[in-house]
Amino acid sequence: MKLNRIFGAVAATMLMAAPALALDISGAGATFPYPVYAKWAEAYKKETGVGLNYQSIGSGGGIKQIQAKTVTFGATDAPLKGDQLDKAGLVQFPMVMGGIVPVVNVEGVGPGDLTLDGPTLAKIFLGQITSWDDPTIKKLNPDAKLPSSAIAIVHRSDGSGTTFNFTNYLSKVSPDWKDKVGSATAVEWPAGLGGKGNEGVANYVAQTKGAIGYVEYAYAKQNKLAHAKMINKDGKAVEPVTKSFQAAAANADWMSQPGFGVILTDEPGADSWPITAATFILIHKQPQDPAAASEALKFFAWAYKSGAPMAEALDYIPMPEKVVADVQSVWAKEIKGADGRALYSATN
Amino acid sequence: MTDASLQAPTLLLQPDAARAGRLRSFRLKDNVFRHLTRASAVTVLGILGGVILALVIGAWLALSTFGIDFFTTESWNPVTEKFGALAPIYGTLATSLIAMLIAVPVGLGIAIFLTELCPPVLRRPVGVAIELLAGIPSIIYGIWGLFVFAPFLQATLQPFLIGTFGSVPVLSTIFAGPPYGIGILTAGLILAIMVLPFVTSVSRDVFETVPAVLKEAAYGIGCTRWEVIRRIVIPYTRVGLVGGVMLGLGRALGETMAVTFVIGNAHRISGSILAPGTTISASIANEFTEAVGDLYTSSLIALGLILFIITFIVLAIARLMLLRLERQQGS
Repeated sequence: MKLNRIFGAVAATMLMAAPALALDISGAGATFPYPVYAKWAEAYKKETGVGLNYQSIGSGGGIKQIQAKTVTFGATDAPLKGDQLDKAGLVQFPMVMGGIVPVVNVEGVGPGDLTLDGPTLAKIFLGQITSWDDPTIKKLNPDAKLPSSAIAIVHRSDGSGTTFNFTNYLSKVSPDWKDKVGSATAVEWPAGLGGKGNEGVANYVAQTKGAIGYVEYAYAKQNKLAHAKMINKDGKAVEPVTKSFQAAAANADWMSQPGFGVILTDEPGADSWPITAATFILIHKQPQDPAAASEALKFFAWAYKSGAPMAEALDYIPMPEKVVADVQSVWAKEIKGADGRALYSATN
Repeated sequence: MTDASLQAPTLLLQPDAARAGRLRSFRLKDNVFRHLTRASAVTVLGILGGVILALVIGAWLALSTFGIDFFTTESWNPVTEKFGALAPIYGTLATSLIAMLIAVPVGLGIAIFLTELCPPVLRRPVGVAIELLAGIPSIIYGIWGLFVFAPFLQATLQPFLIGTFGSVPVLSTIFAGPPYGIGILTAGLILAIMVLPFVTSVSRDVFETVPAVLKEAAYGIGCTRWEVIRRIVIPYTRVGLVGGVMLGLGRALGETMAVTFVIGNAHRISGSILAPGTTISASIANEFTEAVGDLYTSSLIALGLILFIITFIVLAIARLMLLRLERQQGS
């Protein structure tokens, strides 16, 4: 009897809680954009009363959860391919971008003092260039004083979108890298040590003399690590700054891939930073809960429109306006409720 | 007379019925209690069985794809989806071995000091301090290890080891540089600190169970303190000691967060204990979130299954050791 009463009470609370939950948007996936999603969610809740429950469980988890329809949207750093999207009935679009920056700890080398190009970076991470005064590096930096110390390679130990984009870049610029290692959220590193998360890599680089690693731009900036300049596809040496990340995004041909699935590495353009990365949202074309999906789209529209300053404050790069317009026209065209009516129209 | 004989049973019956009722209720409560405790025990078995079953089902794809190669190859390549567990297995065993080599003698030393030699004033504070070590969350050990301990080792112990043993044949491979600060040795040392309170508090507790009579008798016939500890205290508490050591070893084998921070996370087997490596639990913690693809996920679960088996083997060896000890004692 008592048990029955308890069950009754529990069931009643759940029933009462259900309408309140329905107002919240649920999402899961990539960890890389989590800080900015959290920031947006907070501001959006203040403005509209609609909350966002985002679990940063990793891209792999995000993809699985959206396929299982346990969340309204999934988030992934590595874009899904056209056939994967079609199979699962998903729409994919980029939400925000970031830059990935090689950082070094070499005596006498300050931020921006060192210039590297793609093939050299690949050779270093392959373990083929082992000391800082190697002629290949010297040729790119005729004026820098480089010590003869050994290069200590630091990479991510956890699977991550950062690694995906970084190895994607190395695969594009070095056939050797493509053959031996390839590109994925985690790879079999030929050499070096693995740090957990951006903070782990940043810390190993800061501690180890002669180290080189790669981190998201925000971490390089916050930890005051010496970043390297990169020579881009057009042969120009560029600094990792918001402007060069945006240039890469602007020069990308977003419509060339289904689901905007372009990877922003090695983009053309004189100002383009070569290792720029976008992070993507996945949402069902015919959502099980159209009301929730429509709320989610409203949130994303709001984030595109008003979220840019918050993103920039956290060293993320907002999407260019032209891309946003394309994304929203895809929403209007493809995401439909059970009655076949579009869940999003540009006017609201 | 007849009245009385008729009445008597009814009079007696009244309290008898109450008593029987009472007894019945006791029996009922006993039964309920017995079933409750049995249910608790069965639940544990059920959970254990469920975990094993889930691990085997999850690992099946990896095990059937790679077969025995999964246990004997070192390559861990998510791009080509070729996975071998040898490097994490090696790392798990190596770090735990280092941890036990340090924690067991030190832990026993502390326990002996606390129970036999320590001035009573110090006994409580030292004991509490050791137990507090056990209460520190492992992530804190990880952060401390990464930011404080690893740089310290990089600047002091590791150059010393490389310098001292650089020209000694076998040791020069074991302590081959460069000193990164992080690696198998650092992970082992952190584990030793984490395991220490388990070994210490269990051994202290069992040392305290040694009857004073035994020790006094030994002192009475002229034994030195060393002889009392060596011949009376340790043999008397052997079973408990092995239990404490196994508890510590269990923690060392499965510890995740602290190790992940300081081991360097490289899927490689290196002769040097200063080189980066990885353990089973560190690999799972690192890679599970972003593991895309069934085979990758399955391989990580298979790693979990292997850890389970290793722990099981360790426990079995401990049981065997105890059995043999007891038999020796009997004969």
